[in-house]
Amino acid sequence: MRIGRILLALLAIVVIGTAGFVAWAWEPPVALVDTPDPSSIDHERVQRGADLAAMGNCAVCHTTEAGKPYAGGRKLPTPFGTVYATNITPDPDTGIGRWSKGAFARAMREGVGRAGEHLYPAFPYDHFTRLSDDDVDDLYAFLMTRDPVRAQPPANDVMFPLNIRMTMAGWKLLFFRKGAQPADSNHDQAWNRGRYQADGIAHCGACHTPRNALGAEKKNRYLAGGSAEGWHAPALNAESPAPVPWTAKTLLAYLRAGFEPLHGAAAGPMAPVTHGLARVPEQDVQAIARYIASFSEQASPERRHEATKLIGRLNRHARESVGSASLAGTDQTGAVLFAGACASCHAETPQRRGGGINLALSTAVNAPDARNAIRVVLDGIHPEQGRSGPMMPGFAGAFTDQQVAALLGYMRARFSTQPAWNDLPDRVRRVRAGKDQS
Amino acid sequence: MTVTFTVNDRQHQIDTDPSTPLLYVLRDDLALNGAKFGCGLGQCGSCTVVVDGQAVYSCLLPVAALEGRRVTTVEGLGTTANPGPLQRAFMDEQAAQCGYCIAGMMMRAHALLQQHASPSDEQIRSALEPHLCRCGTHMRILRAVRRAAQGMRSAAAPANKDGTP
Amino acid sequence: MTALPRPGDPSRRALVAGGGALVVSFSLRAFAQETQNAGAEPQSPPLPGSLQKSPMLDAWIRIDADGSITVFTGKAELGQGIKTALLQIAAEQLSVDLSAITLVTADTNRTPDEGYTAGSHSMQDSGTAILHAVAQAREILMATAAQQLGVPAERLKAAGGAVLTADGRKIAYGELVAGDVLHVRSQPESRLKETSGHTVMGKAVPRVDIPAKVTGGVAYVQDLRMPGMVHARVVRPPGYSARLQDLDATTVERMPGVIKVVRDGSFVAVIAQREYPAVQAMRALADGATWTENPESMPDQKDVFSHLLDLPSQDTAILDRGQPASGEKTVEADYRRAYQMHGSIGPSCAIAQMENETLTVWTHAQGVYPLRKALAEMLKMPAEHIRCIHTEGSGCYGHNGADDVAADAALIARALPGRPVRVQWMREDEHAWEPYGPAMIARAKAALDRDGSIVDWEYHVWSNTHSTRPGAAGNLLPALHLAAPFTHPPPRPLPQPEGGGDRNAIPLYRLPNARVVHHFIPMMPLRVSALRGLGAYTNIFSLESFMDELAAAAGADPVEFRLRHLDDPRARDVIQAAAERFGWRRGERPAKGRGRGFAFARYKNLAAYAAIAMEVEIERESGRVRILRAVAATDSGEAVNPDGIRNQIEGGIIQSASWTLYEAVTFDRARITSRDWASYPILRFSAVPREIEVHIIDRPGEPFLGTGEAAQGPAAAAIANAIADATGKRLRELPLTADRVKRAIGV
Repeated sequence: MRIGRILLALLAIVVIGTAGFVAWAWEPPVALVDTPDPSSIDHERVQRGADLAAMGNCAVCHTTEAGKPYAGGRKLPTPFGTVYATNITPDPDTGIGRWSKGAFARAMREGVGRAGEHLYPAFPYDHFTRLSDDDVDDLYAFLMTRDPVRAQPPANDVMFPLNIRMTMAGWKLLFFRKGAQPADSNHDQAWNRGRYQADGIAHCGACHTPRNALGAEKKNRYLAGGSAEGWHAPALNAESPAPVPWTAKTLLAYLRAGFEPLHGAAAGPMAPVTHGLARVPEQDVQAIARYIASFSEQASPERRHEATKLIGRLNRHARESVGSASLAGTDQTGAVLFAGACASCHAETPQRRGGGINLALSTAVNAPDARNAIRVVLDGIHPEQGRSGPMMPGFAGAFTDQQVAALLGYMRARFSTQPAWNDLPDRVRRVRAGKDQS
Repeated sequence: MTVTFTVNDRQHQIDTDPSTPLLYVLRDDLALNGAKFGCGLGQCGSCTVVVDGQAVYSCLLPVAALEGRRVTTVEGLGTTANPGPLQRAFMDEQAAQCGYCIAGMMMRAHALLQQHASPSDEQIRSALEPHLCRCGTHMRILRAVRRAAQGMRSAAAPANKDGTP
Repeated sequence: MTALPRPGDPSRRALVAGGGALVVSFSLRAFAQETQNAGAEPQSPPLPGSLQKSPMLDAWIRIDADGSITVFTGKAELGQGIKTALLQIAAEQLSVDLSAITLVTADTNRTPDEGYTAGSHSMQDSGTAILHAVAQAREILMATAAQQLGVPAERLKAAGGAVLTADGRKIAYGELVAGDVLHVRSQPESRLKETSGHTVMGKAVPRVDIPAKVTGGVAYVQDLRMPGMVHARVVRPPGYSARLQDLDATTVERMPGVIKVVRDGSFVAVIAQREYPAVQAMRALADGATWTENPESMPDQKDVFSHLLDLPSQDTAILDRGQPASGEKTVEADYRRAYQMHGSIGPSCAIAQMENETLTVWTHAQGVYPLRKALAEMLKMPAEHIRCIHTEGSGCYGHNGADDVAADAALIARALPGRPVRVQWMREDEHAWEPYGPAMIARAKAALDRDGSIVDWEYHVWSNTHSTRPGAAGNLLPALHLAAPFTHPPPRPLPQPEGGGDRNAIPLYRLPNARVVHHFIPMMPLRVSALRGLGAYTNIFSLESFMDELAAAAGADPVEFRLRHLDDPRARDVIQAAAERFGWRRGERPAKGRGRGFAFARYKNLAAYAAIAMEVEIERESGRVRILRAVAATDSGEAVNPDGIRNQIEGGIIQSASWTLYEAVTFDRARITSRDWASYPILRFSAVPREIEVHIIDRPGEPFLGTGEAAQGPAAAAIANAIADATGKRLRELPLTADRVKRAIGV
C-alpha cells in the first residue's frame, strides 16, 4: 500500500534521524578520579579562584539560605520548570570531589556534566565558555579546597520533553557558541578585559539581556534588559531607564558598595552580586564597570540633558514635581501614604536623613516594568548580616494591594516623566502571590 | 480627615493629619504606651503592633492606611491584673532588663504564634530578627516565647477527665 | 597606697553575732577617708556605704503614722533591677512585704545625693546604706516598742509591719513613730537580720517594674503625659564643627500647630502642640537652616589610632612594682579598640517645665544632682530652684544623650514658661551626638621564666577621658551651641582604683615585677564619655588576650596558666567553676572550624568576679563568628537578687558580643556617619548564642559587689581567645568583624 510505504519511510527517517541526533549529541562520561588533596593545590590559584567565584556569584546559586556554602539545593524557577543547583563542594559522592580538571572544564565550557549529561543553561555555561584555561583551573583549585558537604539536591522538575537532558544538545545547536570571544579591535585592552570579565565569569547578560521563547539570550538585544527570580534586570545599554545615565565611576561605586547616591541601592538578586564584588580586587570591578558603562554612555543627548537638569534641580533643593502627570484632582491616598511611610528616609531634601535617595533618581520608579518597585516596597532591602549597608523595611504587612498600587502610582507621577504604569493593583496582587516569577 | 479603625477591639474615629504614623496616634491620641519610638525608620522593631494579623512598624504606617482595619497592641494582650499568656510568660521568665524593646518583641511573637502554634527555635529567632535589644535580653525573650507557645498549646488542648491539662 | 579589702576581712556575719566593736568598711571611699585622715585628729569610724555622705536615718526611711513606709535612694532604675533589689533589702530588714514599701528613686527634692548611678556602685553604696539604715530604723522601733510594752527588746519580734511580743501583743510600726524618732544619725554598725533567716534577700523576687512594661503601663519618661504638655524637637547641626549661619523659619512658624521657633546661637528648636507636627516642623526647619562647617575638622578614620598616639598625653605610672626583669621568653602585643556607642534603643527624652522661676525636669540622666548643678550653671539659675526627678528611660549603659536632652528641654521650657515641654531625640540625634566609648590603644609586654611563670610585666594604655558627665554646663551638648557658648571643661582622669581608661589596667594576677602606665589624652577628636565598663572593656580584652598569648608561649593550658598566677581564692573559685561547668579539659581540641576561649576579671579589682568560657564556630567562607555556648561563673558577694545577677551577666555577655564582633563608629572628615542601625549594625537574633549559662557563687554575709559591668571585658577576651583557638590567628583590633576574621584565615 502506498500510504503504508510512506509511513514506513517516514518512520525510518525519524528513527535514523533520532539515532543520528543521539549519536551526535551523546557525550562520554569522564572517568572518576581520586579527590585531590587540598594541601597539594597551589595556594595562589586558590586565591584567584576565590576572586573568580566571587565575581561569578557561584555561592549564591549553589547554596540554599540555610545550607552550607556551595552544597547546592537552591531552587531556580525557569519558564520550563524548576531546576535545583548542584552540590559543587569536593564531596566525593554528592559533590564534584571526584571530578577531574577535564570534567570540570567541560562542564564550564561545554555545559556537559561528568557523566556525559547535558546541563541546563540555568547554569550559564554560555558565558563560562569564554573563560581562559587559567581561570578555569583557578576555579577548580578553589572549589576543590572548599569544605566537602554531603548533600544531595532535590531532583529537577522540568517539563517534558525538556526533562530529557539530551534535548539540550538541540538547544545548544541553535543557540550556544563555544569558546572564547576574539578581542574587539575597535576598543582598547582595558575594555576587552572588561568584556572578558562581564560576559564571562560575571555573566551580566544572563540577567540583563532578554531571552527568546526557548530561553536563550537574544544576541541582537544585548543588555537590553531581562529578568531574574521575579525581578526585572534593567537595560544597561542606551535604553537604560536610569534617570541619570551610568558612568564607569558611578557603576564602580555601586557594584562595590551596593549603593550609589545618584542611583540608589541594589535590590533583589543584584544585592548579593554587589556583596561578592565588594570582596574582589578593585581593578577587576573597575574593568567590568568601564565595559558596561560604555553601553550606557550611549544614552541620547536628550537623556543626558534631562539628567543634568534633574541633578541641578535636586541640588537646588527644588521641590516641584519631576513628573509630568498632574497630581491635582487625583486620589491623594498615594501622596498621604508617601508622606507618612516614605518621607522619613526618602525626603526630597539634601539631608538624606534615613539614607534613602530622592526617588526622582530611582531606576525602579522610572522603569517600564513596575515589578521592581513593587517588590522593593513589599519586601524592603536588607543588608548582609552584621554589615552596614542599605536598609529599607518591607511594607507587605502594612499595606493592602490597593494601597501599594496607590503609593506606586503617586510615586510614578511625582518622580518620573515616563507614562503611568498600567494595571497596578493587579500587578501588585500577582507579585505578592508569587506569580511573575521568571 | 477622619479615619475609623479598631484598636484592641475598640473602635476609634481619629481626626488628624492622615499621614500621621500610627505610632503617634496610639501614643498621643489614645494614650497607649506599648508601642515605642525607637528609630522611626523601620530598623529596630520597638514600635511593632499587629494589624490584621500582621506584625508591622507603626512608626511608618500612616493612619490613612488603617480605615476599617484591626490593630492590636500589647495592651490588647492582657492587663497586670489579668495578663495574657504571652505577658505571663514574659513575667515568669523575667524577660526584660530596661524593657524598652519588649512590647515590640511581644507583638511580633503574638503574630507568629497566631500562625504557628509550635514554632521551632529557628523560626522564633528568624521572626524576631527585625527587633533590636541592646541590653542583651535575647535568651530570656526566646525562652518567654517558647514558654508562651507551650502555655497556649496546653490551654488549647482539651482537659483530661481528672481536670489535669 | 589604699589598702584593698581582702577576703577574710571581718564580715558582717561577725557583726550579727555581736562580735565586739569592729570597724567594717563597706566602701572604698570610707577606706580612703580613713587613710587620708590618718595622723589627723581621731574621728568617728566611717558609716556604711552612702550613709557616710547622708548620715541621717530619715534621709533613707520614713514611716508615717498610718504605717506607710517610704524608702529613699539616690540611685536610679536603669533596667538593671536596682529598685527591686533595694526593696528586697529594705523589706527583709523591716520584715514586711515588698508591697508595703514605696521606693522613691533619685529626686533632688526628696532623696539623698548619691552622685551617679554608675560604675556598678549601686549595691555597694545605696544597697549598703539602705541595709544599715533600715536595720537601724527597725532597732529604734523595737527599742521604742520595748519601752512601751515593758518587754526587753530581745524578746520582741518584727513581722507584718508591727512589733510583736511572745504573748501576742503587738504595736504597728505606725504607732511607734512619733516626732523625729528616725531623725538621728546612723551608726557604723547595725544589727542585721541573720542571713539564714532571709525570706526575701537572696531569693528570686520578680522585678517590680516588669509588669507595667509588658502590659503597656506608664513605665518610662517617654510615657509621661502632663496637662498642657507640648512637644519640641531640636534641629541639630550636621557635624561637630557646624555653626548656624542662617535660619529661615518663616514657613515653619506658620505651620499649623507650631507654637514657637527657639533660636539661641546655633541652638535651634521648634515647639508644637502635638508630636507629629513637631517632627514635621523640625524637618522643615532643618531645610531652612544653613550651616558653616569645617570640612576637615575630624581625623581620617583610617588613621585614627596613629592620630591619637600623636596627641599630647599625661602619663601616669599607676603601678610600679619590683624591678624590671628579663626572662627566657618575651612576648609583646598591641591591642586596639574603635569608638563604640551606647546605642540606647529608645533615644533620649526629657520633660521640663519652668513655672514661677522654678524648673522641674523629668529625666533619665544617671545623676540628677550633677545634672541640676550643670543646668543651674547653664541657665544662670540657683540650683535650689531646679528639681531633677529621675524617671526611667531605655537602657543608657553609661553617659548617653539623657543629660543633653534634659538641657534641651530646660532651654526650650525657659522659652515657653508655664508649659511642660517634652523633647524626644530622633534616632540620628542619639547616634550622631551621644558621647562614645573612646578609641583606645594598649601595649603589653611580658617575660616568662623557664617554668612558664611571668617574671616581668609592662602595660601601657592610651585613652581619652571616660567621663565628660555634667556637673559642668560645658558638658551639656546644647550649652556648646548657645550664642554665649559654654566650653568643655578640661577633662581629668578618674583616679585609681576606679580609673577611667586605666580601669582594670592592673591585672589581678601575681606579677612580681610590673609597670603599668596610663597615657591620658585630653584632646578628644570625637565626643566621648563613660560607656559601660569604661576602660575595663578594652583593658580586660587586651590583658586576657595577652594572657592567652603568654600561655601559648609557655606551652600551658590557658585556664591552668591563669590559676598559676592567682592567689585570690574567690578569683580561683570563679575560674574553676566556669572551667568545670564548661567542661574545659586540658588539650582538648574542639571540632574543625570551632574553638574555645577563656577569660577572667574582677571588675575594677574590687567589684564582682567573672570568669567566662566560650565555644565559637567560624564560618569559613564569610569569617562570621558564631558563639555556640558561653558559660560564666560569677561572685557578687552576697547575692541579693540572684536572677538580677544572672540577667546582668547574660546581658553583659550578649552586649559585649555585639561590641566585639560588629561595632565601630564611622566618620568622615567632617561628620559622624554612623547615623542609624543601617550604618551602625548591632547584634540581632540570628547571631545570639545558642546557650548561655550563668553560675552564681553566693557568699552570704559578704559585701555586695556590683555586677552590671563584670561580664563585658571577659566576654570580649573569651571571644578573641576562642577565635584564636579555632583559626590559629590572633586578632587584636576590636571589633573582630567577619571581614577581619576572613582576612586572617584567608581563602
